[in-house]
Amino acid sequence: MVFPKTPMAQLPTGRDRIEELRMVGITKRFPGVLANDRVDFDVRAGEIHALLGENGAGKSTLMRQLCGLYKPDADEIHLNGALRHFNSPADSIHAGIGMIHQHFMLVPALTVAENVALGLSSSRGPLLDLDRVSKRIDELGKRYSLKVQPDAQVWQLSVGEQQRVEILKALYRGAALLALDEPTAVLTPQEVGELFKVLRQMAADGHALIFISHKLHEIIDVSQRVTVMRDGRVVSTHPTAGSTRAQLASEMVGRPVILEYEKKPYAPPVVGEAPRLEVDDLWVRGDRGRDALRGVSLEVHAGEILGIAGVSGNGQRELAEALTGLRPVAKGHVRVNGRDLTHASPLQRIAAGQSAIPEERMKDGVVKDFSVAENLILQDHGHAPFSRGGFMDPTAITRESAALVKGFNVKTPTLDTPTKNLSGGNIQKLILARELSRKPAVLICAQPSRGVDIGATEYIHQRLLEQRERGMATLLISEDLDELLALSDRIGVMYEGRLMAVMDRAEATLARLGLLMAGVSS
Amino acid sequence: MEALTPVIAVLLALAIGAIMLLALQVNPATAYAALADGAFGSTFAVAQTLVKATPLLLVGLGICIAFRGGVINIGGEGQIIVGALATTAFTLGFPDAPLLVLLPGGLICGMLVGGLWGGIAGVLKARFGVNEILTTIMMNAIAVQLSNFLLRGPMIDPKEIVSGTLLAQSARLPETSWLPRLIPQTLLHAGAIFAVVMAVLVYVLLWRTVLGYRIRAVGLNADAARYAGIRVPVYQALALLLSGALAGLAGAVEVLGVSHRMMEGVSGGYGFSGIVAALFGKLHPLGAIPASVLFGSLLVGADKMQRAVQVPSALIDALNGLVVLFVVGSDILVRRRAQRRREQEPHA
Repeated sequence: MVFPKTPMAQLPTGRDRIEELRMVGITKRFPGVLANDRVDFDVRAGEIHALLGENGAGKSTLMRQLCGLYKPDADEIHLNGALRHFNSPADSIHAGIGMIHQHFMLVPALTVAENVALGLSSSRGPLLDLDRVSKRIDELGKRYSLKVQPDAQVWQLSVGEQQRVEILKALYRGAALLALDEPTAVLTPQEVGELFKVLRQMAADGHALIFISHKLHEIIDVSQRVTVMRDGRVVSTHPTAGSTRAQLASEMVGRPVILEYEKKPYAPPVVGEAPRLEVDDLWVRGDRGRDALRGVSLEVHAGEILGIAGVSGNGQRELAEALTGLRPVAKGHVRVNGRDLTHASPLQRIAAGQSAIPEERMKDGVVKDFSVAENLILQDHGHAPFSRGGFMDPTAITRESAALVKGFNVKTPTLDTPTKNLSGGNIQKLILARELSRKPAVLICAQPSRGVDIGATEYIHQRLLEQRERGMATLLISEDLDELLALSDRIGVMYEGRLMAVMDRAEATLARLGLLMAGVSS
Repeated sequence: MEALTPVIAVLLALAIGAIMLLALQVNPATAYAALADGAFGSTFAVAQTLVKATPLLLVGLGICIAFRGGVINIGGEGQIIVGALATTAFTLGFPDAPLLVLLPGGLICGMLVGGLWGGIAGVLKARFGVNEILTTIMMNAIAVQLSNFLLRGPMIDPKEIVSGTLLAQSARLPETSWLPRLIPQTLLHAGAIFAVVMAVLVYVLLWRTVLGYRIRAVGLNADAARYAGIRVPVYQALALLLSGALAGLAGAVEVLGVSHRMMEGVSGGYGFSGIVAALFGKLHPLGAIPASVLFGSLLVGADKMQRAVQVPSALIDALNGLVVLFVVGSDILVRRRAQRRREQEPHA
């Protein structure tokens, strides 16, 4: 393709536009994995191109090659028609490519201006030029409605504001093409709306934008084209207009996907029936000694799923840890099946009929160097049938774990395979198999589908609903509102250590939850 | 390939040792031939190697348990000393007891007191979170001083007082308590077989019992073990206790099998070399068997080499140090590379 040698059109930032970026036949192999297999991808000035795929589909690998973090095995990257090689992040930044990572790369103790200027040479040589930087941030902020105070310290900013700083940083460095990796994962629905406004403005100004996500409605909402990846390959690239969630989901997974579960209506508890899980005015300290939970009260009845929504870091983690005995309770009461377990050890809680699915499954959920079978007996190894008189019974362990692996569809080559070799989804199914096989009365379930592929998520959700019908009381803590809305009978929102409101599923709308997540209670 | 790493590490250490030998104007080939001859050249040599390998193996087995449980036992020296003291005290206390009481009783005493010594560090860690590396090292110093006191005071051989030489050693143990010799005219004693049996038992303990399962779970991921209801501090303390018991047993076997009395220096550095042997054996009880034989052969062969080619004894220490450095270093290198490979793989 030959481009005219006329001067490139410029962006409002004064930089040349990237009219077209084409990645052709990108192949990247890791030991044992073909992470990118002849991937073709392109993005043009003025468009938002969504990159959709499950964990491990190769999206991040593709982007890392674009920003010079990985060297492709076979590559052709054309920028405005010219072949380019990005050997380092500096190369790609210089070419006008900016990347907003899922985890922000900001120094909390520095101001916004300092963060933006970090690593760049000053226009005054050895002297700082932070006043000029601040002025420029203000200009850029006005242009793209990215409101931030240049002299505010980053740690004081909300997650949404920090993301704006990241975008400003990229614009300041002259990015004409911006790739955003799961930018909405940490935002409230309102913040997502604001981000989309910014992205549309940038596209209208002639920026090229790559929007990486696995949230279907967001992709439909914001993008003009979508590329779906699966197992390292591009499945399809097509205009977003006219696509449905179901269609995108099945492209992503490779088979039809259920997005709405059939759920039996929830029967309100019989009057006088005691709740399975009661939490009364719970106060818990966080890691830094400040109150992370400030008087949380809730109850979950048999056959009910109570969802807990909230932006990460508002006490959900501490709530789960307090209820599983990992974090001491400062004040308040916890009862399971009427028994006071406020200060009980994990062992006593398990004995009382409580199971738990931890938020960090590789840290708390499994011993990654243990075999699949060994992990399936992590709680129950101490008694029959798994052991007798202090000696393990390998026959019984093999028999029972084979049944669990089969019953919960855990895909593993053998029972002796080290658990770390399994995919995230299969590890989560393993944990689910172990926890649900005890037929618990109460389940504390934190972020069950985080980092889990759609197939496994669907499976896990149906298993949770199945247990709900059996009468299990579930406390479901999740940052995924779709998940909460699909499963919960009631939903509560946590904000700064308090449970803002608990409402019936029917009353819960994205808008209402979003306001509560931002701390607006009226 | 990974199984070969320690072997390659040893060869590299010997290669550097060869450079040092050249610098001393000694022919490395002659020197290493003497080393091999000293370790394996005759029945007596092999027996000597196995005699040295026995305590290394017992200490190494204890290290396997501790490290598998995620705790670090640097207290092998002290545990050997108190084990040997306890065994000596018991057998000298009941000199007329029959063999069937005296020998097992002596071994059990060594184990119990060694276990106590390790267990103290375990309890301090479990109750107060005191770092076990520090406490086990400090317990070494206490054991040495305790031994000094006992061997110069209450436990000194009465003959030493009569003769006025006042050597710090106990009386000879009654012959009924001695571990039987396996090959006449050599020092090889039944303790060697006993140690191999213990290796199998430790294997069974770690992979076939509830206790072993919990120790391994705690060592590999204390967070997940805690989440699953396992009392992490209890099993860390037990791992240290068992580790100490095996080192104490090594002390017992040394006095009952080799020296037949308690004397200074009974621990002979086995408390530290045992750690290296265990690491060399990939912290597997059965892997510790060949590893102990290798390090035993280095100890014995080095003596011969020193005599044959007239190198200073410091060089022997340096050679041992090199082997340790390369073995432990290669292990770290392999692990680091495996981790980097994992990080390289695509995620998210």
